Amino acid sequence: MKRFRPATDDPPLMRLFLGAAAILFMLLFLVLPLLVVFSEALNKGLGPALVILSDADSLSAIKVSLVTAAIAVPLNTVFGIAAAWAITKFEFRGKAFLVTLIDLPFSISPVVAGLIYVLVFGRQGWLGPWLLDHDVRILFALPGIVLATTFVTFPFVARELIPLMADQGRDEEEAALSLGASGFAIFRRVTLPNIKWGLLYGVLLCNARALGEFGAVSVVSGHIRGKTNTMPLHVELLYNNYDYVGAFSVAALLALLALVTLALKSFLEWHYADELATVHRH
Amino acid sequence: MSAIAIPLPKRRNRLPGFGLSLGFTLFYLSAIVLIPLLALVVRPFEFSLADFWNAISAPRVLAALRLSFGAALAAAAIDTVFGFIIAWVLVRYNFPGKRLMDALIDLPFALPTAVAGIALSTLYAPTGWIGSLLAAENIRIAYTPWGVLVAMVFIGLPFAVRTLQPVLQELGREFEEAAATLGATRWQTIRRVVLPMLLPALLTGAALAFARGVGEYGSVIFIAGNLPMKSEIAPLLIIIKLEQFDYAGASSIGVVMLAAAFVMLLALNGLQVWAAKQR
Repeated sequence: MKRFRPATDDPPLMRLFLGAAAILFMLLFLVLPLLVVFSEALNKGLGPALVILSDADSLSAIKVSLVTAAIAVPLNTVFGIAAAWAITKFEFRGKAFLVTLIDLPFSISPVVAGLIYVLVFGRQGWLGPWLLDHDVRILFALPGIVLATTFVTFPFVARELIPLMADQGRDEEEAALSLGASGFAIFRRVTLPNIKWGLLYGVLLCNARALGEFGAVSVVSGHIRGKTNTMPLHVELLYNNYDYVGAFSVAALLALLALVTLALKSFLEWHYADELATVHRH
Repeated sequence: MSAIAIPLPKRRNRLPGFGLSLGFTLFYLSAIVLIPLLALVVRPFEFSLADFWNAISAPRVLAALRLSFGAALAAAAIDTVFGFIIAWVLVRYNFPGKRLMDALIDLPFALPTAVAGIALSTLYAPTGWIGSLLAAENIRIAYTPWGVLVAMVFIGLPFAVRTLQPVLQELGREFEEAAATLGATRWQTIRRVVLPMLLPALLTGAALAFARGVGEYGSVIFIAGNLPMKSEIAPLLIIIKLEQFDYAGASSIGVVMLAAAFVMLLALNGLQVWAAKQR
């Protein structure tokens, strides 16, 4: 007896061809680059990789990256919550425009993001002379790195929370209000439990980008070894000095971090899909 | 019996925190994004516009802009074709390892660009896993404009896949069934029925990949070789000019790239309106 194939299923040959094309393309562009990072890092065994990771410059780079993320991520999280609260719980004019403006940093080149801070804080910049007179260092120091990182990670939390909270409306908050709850109690006991997975999702992506940002930070950091080098900048420095094992060891650490982020992100998408915003682009 | 519709009084929104949350949002947005951007936007007017044109029309700058925009366009096209194939395979077919494949799509978002840059460069260098195979055929990818293209394809892929996936998932099969009953082959159905319905999503994905590619720096510079006039991208030229304290030159390129970003943002908003109308 002949088995019938539903009319909307692709013929076997087409499935084979498209499946092979998809897998080959992903192998070439995604899997191999990931494998090469770990293969090069462990080229001479685990020992030399660990030695590189525990030297003073690497530790300093790890510290600068962690401190930067520890400032930029909470700032953007508070902003994301405030923006989502204003945009989704209230009506006001220019709302659509405000949402577009919040997304703006995503469409701007990271190098341009760095450049604008040079134009504000640099020696020839708006505040440059004043900063010089008062001996305040922003560029080529931690504040500049934090600012540039905050810029490029600006929309992550807000763009996750806005669609999510817009879907949820404000009925539950209004019910809590009518029962006499204070503003803070409403947020903590009604809103926060509703958005916690979405919030975590946004923070996760924000953090990954904050630790990995390269272009914007490269412009403002000054690349001072052991002082203003972040992990990605340290990768570049080692690589340009032909220390490939060193560069790939730090890179492997960052790649591990990326894999953990992907795993957590997929976990959230599989288990809490209903409690996340439906469209994810970043 | 006549019924008179009495409009319900509009329910007053008494939730607290509007002033505080909007105030903080506007303050923070201005401090981090808008005011610093203004420093770039007004830059050409602080000097003379003639200087601006001189800086932009220098052959090296034009070559860098042409490479950044041209390679990003080509990469967006490649990403759209393979993004469609991958999204189609992920949505329509069932096979072991599908979830892993789905999770891996976002690697270019999660992997720091510098890491991607040195990995791609090592992979495609004449001594690398792929580069050595190609070198035997006398094809060079790393340290040529082709390297720029490879890096931009890598960085743009998730945009194409992730924009198409949800639309494909929602696409009912009744149109395909109708086409099949009318005698269309499977290939005709996909080409003449499915693809036109996906057009807004295909274009949106392409636009996002293009916008990302134009501004991309980290994953490109290691594999590009950075030869002036040949494989030097516009963002790198901004950094070179800054290192030479040529603020006017750097800002001029920055203004062009910022203008391109605004145009892309408008185009994307337009596409969204179009997609919403089609639904």
